[in-house]
Amino acid sequence: MAVRKPPVTTREYWAPGHAACAGCGCATALRLATKAFSEAMEEKYGDPDAFAIAQATGCMEVVSAVFPYTAWKAPWVHVAFENAAAVASGVEAAWKKLGRKGKILAIGGDGGTADIGMQALSGMLERWHNVVYLMYDNEAYMNTGIQRSSSTPYGAWTTTSPPGKYSIGEDKPKKWVALIAAAHQIPYVATASIGNPFDFVRKMKKAAKVDGPAFVQVHCTCPTGWKSPLEKGVEIARLAIETGVWPLFEIENGDFHNIKIQSPGGGAKVKREGGRVVAIEFKKPIEEYLKLQGRFKHLFKQPEAIDQLREQIKAMWKVLGVEVTLPKPEE
Amino acid sequence: MPIRTVMKANEAAAWAAKLAKPKVIAAFPITPSTLVPEKISEFVANGELDAEFIKVESEHSAISACVGASAAGVRTFTATASQGLALMHEILFIAAGMRLPIVIAVGNRALSAPINIWNDWQDTISERDTGWLQFYAENNQEALDLILIAYKVAEDERVLLPAMVGFDAFILTHTVEPVEIPDQELVDEFLGEYEPKHAYLDPKRPITQGTLAFPAHYMEARYKVWEANENARKVIDEVFAEFEKKFGRKYQKIEEYRTDDAEIIFVTMGSLAGTVKEYVDHLREKGIKVGAAKMTVYRPFPIEEVRELAKKAKVLALLEKNVTFSVGGALFQDFSRTLVNEKEKPVIVDFILGLGGRDVTFKDLDEALAIAQKALNGEEFDEVNWIGLRKEIL
Ligand SMILES: Cc1ncc(C[n+]2csc(CCOP(=O)(O)OP(=O)(O)O)c2C)c(N)n1
Ligand code: SF4
Repeated sequence: MAVRKPPVTTREYWAPGHAACAGCGCATALRLATKAFSEAMEEKYGDPDAFAIAQATGCMEVVSAVFPYTAWKAPWVHVAFENAAAVASGVEAAWKKLGRKGKILAIGGDGGTADIGMQALSGMLERWHNVVYLMYDNEAYMNTGIQRSSSTPYGAWTTTSPPGKYSIGEDKPKKWVALIAAAHQIPYVATASIGNPFDFVRKMKKAAKVDGPAFVQVHCTCPTGWKSPLEKGVEIARLAIETGVWPLFEIENGDFHNIKIQSPGGGAKVKREGGRVVAIEFKKPIEEYLKLQGRFKHLFKQPEAIDQLREQIKAMWKVLGVEVTLPKPEE
Repeated sequence: MPIRTVMKANEAAAWAAKLAKPKVIAAFPITPSTLVPEKISEFVANGELDAEFIKVESEHSAISACVGASAAGVRTFTATASQGLALMHEILFIAAGMRLPIVIAVGNRALSAPINIWNDWQDTISERDTGWLQFYAENNQEALDLILIAYKVAEDERVLLPAMVGFDAFILTHTVEPVEIPDQELVDEFLGEYEPKHAYLDPKRPITQGTLAFPAHYMEARYKVWEANENARKVIDEVFAEFEKKFGRKYQKIEEYRTDDAEIIFVTMGSLAGTVKEYVDHLREKGIKVGAAKMTVYRPFPIEEVRELAKKAKVLALLEKNVTFSVGGALFQDFSRTLVNEKEKPVIVDFILGLGGRDVTFKDLDEALAIAQKALNGEEFDEVNWIGLRKEIL
């Protein structure tokens, strides 16, 4: 019987035995990311291990590096919540001086990236360090017990955006960090999702292979913070893509006129002009995504809030140069 | 041959960095230390220093990048002052806890508010509990020498702690003085290559650094920092001795001046020590029995040396450019702790002066002397005294 090559290396850098919650989508993202990185290093430098990781404080840090244990099989350093990008800058500079070939992977959650770590990230990208920054976006501060971040979507419940008599939950639209990263005109920016793991691996490999800084924002589920079923992480993430909530795209060298928008699947109709996606008619309503998560439960009592979210999503796509139609669920 | 020249303390610090050959430097400008990274950029631009200079977007990132580089196993350097050091505060603890021998040059400057760019020691004093070693320079030569010494102590396997070297804003940072630049070869012999056995980010030997510690381990990690600080006392003495042998300049944790038959000893740090020595000479001419002592090393606190010093005087008059609210100055706290259980001890009087760049004149020192003499004569005195306050604008 022919042995099929596995779709991604069987080498592990994020070992089993970490303490993430069952069903954690971010743990999946880190495992895939390091595998992809390893493949890229093998292809680029002939050495699958030629990388080191600098990571911000957050869930993925505390679950992987509790002294005297570690889940890491790669050189790994954690310093603080807001400075993964700056630490990675230092590691990269040291490697340069040591003549060590390879690439640095910086990892931060949405809080450590979009909020408190934004300055360090901007500095690192602007200085053109040879670092891939991976933002795992679980859309809240999970490590401290599910507080909102600027990457929390409109309407979502968190412990600091509780719905109430005068509150719909989070009342601001989601901040688009990938676009901010792209504004630095760096070689490579992409959004990805654990709902499309092959695409994520491809993008991580691409990011790892470019010379200079790259930024990847991966949407990953958090059953604890999203109040969603443990086994449905990938399905929920995929629904985010198929309903238009989470766009998948790539931007190279900050060229906003040439954003590569990907087809979302799920029966959506994609209209192209000269190879470029200009319109998407989604078939699945965003409610299909929202209804699987307790954090949006209260919205179903106020359908106008869901409409509001629909408008925000349209506006976000418009920035990407795409007209979208977002259906309402059939009554 | 060493080069004898004149330069500012900022240049001396940059020269020290050049001689120490750090592989990564990350710095952000702040008055009065701005010239340090400027000068280092020149060295790097001219190929005189083979280092990566990361022009970071903030001091927070400067120290973070140093932590990253040091964790990757190379010698690092940065310079800052005041608000910049305060912005690093969080990461200073981390650098010490991770046992990374980073060296910072600090142009000692007051902290806001009100914003003030001039000299006092509040910036470094406020970082005294971070686990960093602290040295204070009296002049530009000391600024250079102490940075080299700081590396040697910091990188010693018995220590492995970061170190900061303070030199007074403007009084030293911007003042030209004679400085001897030591031979590169001698410095190379003195410092050697930094080869860490505990911190490296090497794919061939992957380790995890900067972990989370539960209550079962946190305290032990903190104790190891304590222990390293304790070890540093002996290491500093050894390094001072080696430095003297190699470069001919003698350093002591506490340098005494005319203390032998002194009744009152003024204790201070930094450039103020120079003024106080002059002042002591001036008083000695009048037959007043005073002496001076300069703290070159502030962390680890030189407990034994302070006890020895205390045996020599009836009154210790502490002159400090920093405030620890409700206590007085930080030195007062440290000296009190050091002497509290001694059978025989001098009276300690604390003087807070020269904050935010206010000149410390002989007139101010006369004011301090008068209070110290009250203490000497058994009269009533205030334990904490603000000297040179402009009472008319209070
Ligand atoms: C300066 C600072 N402020 C606050 C914290 C507390 N803190 C640690 S992790 C965290 C949230 C992390 O959120 P995110 O980056 O989204 O990662 P996640 O926990 O979701 O994986 C916070 C607020 C901290 N460690 N440091
Ligand atoms: S709280 Fe969420 S992100 Fe954190 S480990 Fe659990 S599932 Fe993962």
